[in-house]
Amino acid sequence: MSSTVYERVSTILVENFGVEADKISADATFEDLDLDSLDLVEFSLAAEEELGVRIEDEEAEALGTLGDAVKLLEDKGATPGEG
Amino acid sequence: MTAAVVEGLGTALPPRRVTNDDLAQVLDTSDEWIRTRTGIVARRMVDDGVVTGDLAVEAGERALKSAGGQGADAVIVATTTPDQPLPNTAAGVAERLGLAPAAALDLNTACAGFPYALATGAGLLTAGAASRVLVIGAETLTRFLDPGDRSTAVLFGDGAGALVLRLGDADDPGAVGPFDLGSDGSAAEILTLSAGGSRLPPHRDDLADDDKYLKMDGREVYRHAVRRMAESLEALAQRAGLDVADLDGVYAHQANSRIIEAVADRLGLPRERCPVTIAEHANTSAASIPLALAAAPPRPGDRVALVAFGGGLAWGSALVRWPEVTPG
Repeated sequence: MSSTVYERVSTILVENFGVEADKISADATFEDLDLDSLDLVEFSLAAEEELGVRIEDEEAEALGTLGDAVKLLEDKGATPGEG
Repeated sequence: MTAAVVEGLGTALPPRRVTNDDLAQVLDTSDEWIRTRTGIVARRMVDDGVVTGDLAVEAGERALKSAGGQGADAVIVATTTPDQPLPNTAAGVAERLGLAPAAALDLNTACAGFPYALATGAGLLTAGAASRVLVIGAETLTRFLDPGDRSTAVLFGDGAGALVLRLGDADDPGAVGPFDLGSDGSAAEILTLSAGGSRLPPHRDDLADDDKYLKMDGREVYRHAVRRMAESLEALAQRAGLDVADLDGVYAHQANSRIIEAVADRLGLPRERCPVTIAEHANTSAASIPLALAAAPPRPGDRVALVAFGGGLAWGSALVRWPEVTPG
């Protein structure tokens, strides 16, 4: 089954960071999800490995919501892969 | 097969304890921020006039005592903060420990110093250049911190730790090896202490603060540290014919509890197998692994991996079959 970038990012948040699935929405900020600055570094590491695109530190710092992160990843060429 | 074998452990910490709250009085930071981002509660700091060699002598003396008091004919001091560029720190340490004319060398792979020094010590033994090696990690990094830089001032502490290695057999309790060592000079700029070498000699009067103090890009260091330490542990296990899951303990360089947890999670290792002893020591660079071994000792017979990552970039890991050893 193919999955969207949003779904894959959601999976990373649930599996790697223990975020509760019902807290995840495009409008949720990383703060809402209890992710701090180091979590964001790790999130970008995981995204890099899972989706093959790199989020630079400055970009990670500027991310407001999960929707922003998904858009950034899509703009950088992350494609929905096999989920 | 011959191998280096651990037979003694010793550590040293300066008496002055500085808490997060102490630092929060002079810096825009807080105990809560430091604890949640790093796991650090307090650090030890040397007073003016105390040098790395002083801590190295204290830890070395205890390690030699722990090993049974038979001395050593080689001394390695892994340090990023030597007493001075010349002479090296190790020769003075050897002299003060009554070990002269032992072979004595400093080794600088920053926070990755201890696995590198163990591999070097093992090499001296198996090459027949020494019969007993005192391997010391010793640092006084707080002497090189910008007191106004909250991104580094809260992270580091001073200390020393040492192991004594003798030549033995790969089947002996305490046998060390295999090793995995690596470097990546392309990311040199993420952890620097620039002044004092040939690029910026100490006599220059135009040194900027960024040159005089330790500077670190914390996010990049975090990113590389997690990845490189996990990869090094995988390579080490493979070299030893083991699965990472077979490791009874992973003693990682204590730079940040979050890095250690991330490495454990990445490798699917239970976090309790990866001791975190950073709370009272902060990051003591090349000294952190022996300090961790003394603070949360492995059980005799445990197969433990020691793994570290530091500026350079440099990283390394070593496998040890932990022996019966009482810290000196």
